[in-house]
Amino acid sequence: MSATRNPESSALQRIARDPHSRRKFLALTGGTGVSAALLAACGDDDEETTPTTTEEQPMDETGGDPLADFGEGDLGIVNYALTLEYLEAGFYAAVIKSGLFKGDQLALLKVIGDHEAQHVDALTATAKDLGGTPAPEPKANFPLDSAEEVVALAATVENLGAAAYLGQAAAIQSPDVLAAALSIHTVEARHAAVLNTLAGEPPTPDGAFAVPADAETVLAEVQPFLA
Amino acid sequence: MNQKIEVASPELASIEVENLSRSTFIMKGALAAGAAYGALAVGPLVRNAFAQAENGDLEILNFALTLEYLEAAFYAEGGKQVKGVPSDVAELVKTFGAEEQEHVDALTATIKDLGGKPVKAPGVDFGDAFASADSFLATAIVFEDLGVSAYNGAAPAIKSKDLLATAGGIVQIEARHAASIRYAAGESPAPDAFEPSATTDEVLKAVEPFLA
Repeated sequence: MSATRNPESSALQRIARDPHSRRKFLALTGGTGVSAALLAACGDDDEETTPTTTEEQPMDETGGDPLADFGEGDLGIVNYALTLEYLEAGFYAAVIKSGLFKGDQLALLKVIGDHEAQHVDALTATAKDLGGTPAPEPKANFPLDSAEEVVALAATVENLGAAAYLGQAAAIQSPDVLAAALSIHTVEARHAAVLNTLAGEPPTPDGAFAVPADAETVLAEVQPFLA
Repeated sequence: MNQKIEVASPELASIEVENLSRSTFIMKGALAAGAAYGALAVGPLVRNAFAQAENGDLEILNFALTLEYLEAAFYAEGGKQVKGVPSDVAELVKTFGAEEQEHVDALTATIKDLGGKPVKAPGVDFGDAFASADSFLATAIVFEDLGVSAYNGAAPAIKSKDLLATAGGIVQIEARHAASIRYAAGESPAPDAFEPSATTDEVLKAVEPFLA
């Protein structure tokens, strides 16, 4: 379908590498309707004139979807989540190696890192189950200067991860994929709560109702860590 | 990936809640309460939550409302009765209780908006849960973990995407509560890489001992 889309290269890596891609990618948020849809289409010829509006896909909301780079529909969401989980797993692996932590905190970080690695495995399998190519592991660098900064960053990452899953829940079509995403979402939330506590932040910083984050926001947040 | 809380038989005495230590005070309390009540089916109050519902989403909302009422009452009563809770944990309990009350209010308003009838607050009996700080926190962990499993179990059945997003925004908070209370009690804040989910039947059986 999309001749220009290369499933072997990570959407995130392209964004990190290419300032134009990044700018375009940011433009997608503000862009609505035609211009965003044209950018997203990126040269492929699916500008069908057939009026194929469906209830599931309101055109004005999905036209500028940055998830398009990750795949279509649920596969795009799964590969987006997989990319975030790769970043998290890579982060904790680096943190554990850093020698900045010991004792109870190290043990906790190992448990959390192990969860993220399991999420990577599960989402990889899910992407394959959906008939897609799992997103590749992005190259990333994380600042590991002090334990305090690492804990603060871990808290940020987990809060973002939880918000990212919440931001996609309503867009997921398959009940199985939804159940899987929900079962990961609340684990990210648990990580976020305990890391917030370690970082001296409240465990429920948004109050009684968690605030979702859209893919645009999330990808912009993780962009500085991409190598 | 989608683990379930297993309920081996209708008898409360045989409830197996995954990842919860049966030796914790609360499980003993639940078993004792189960023995006292007899192995009942779902209580009438909770059954009403389903009988009143006109459609699936309203059923789920009233089910969630019942759980939130229980949680809110638990924190409100516990906050008053339990002695010896460290001040930082007491602060958490106060915050979490207020958040559960916000969930009650939001779910009540949503049910009304949809033309449904919100269930009334159930009568509650928390047994010996408030006898000590330890038993209070152990029971709080049961409620919060159960709340997460309940929302996650019910969510895929929610028809309205708006309601699904709302439920997602609430369950994330339940998970944060669960992790925080677990951490405060010296237990693993996130015992699994994938959150177990529970069916409504499993959840209702688990809360039965706390309904008066």
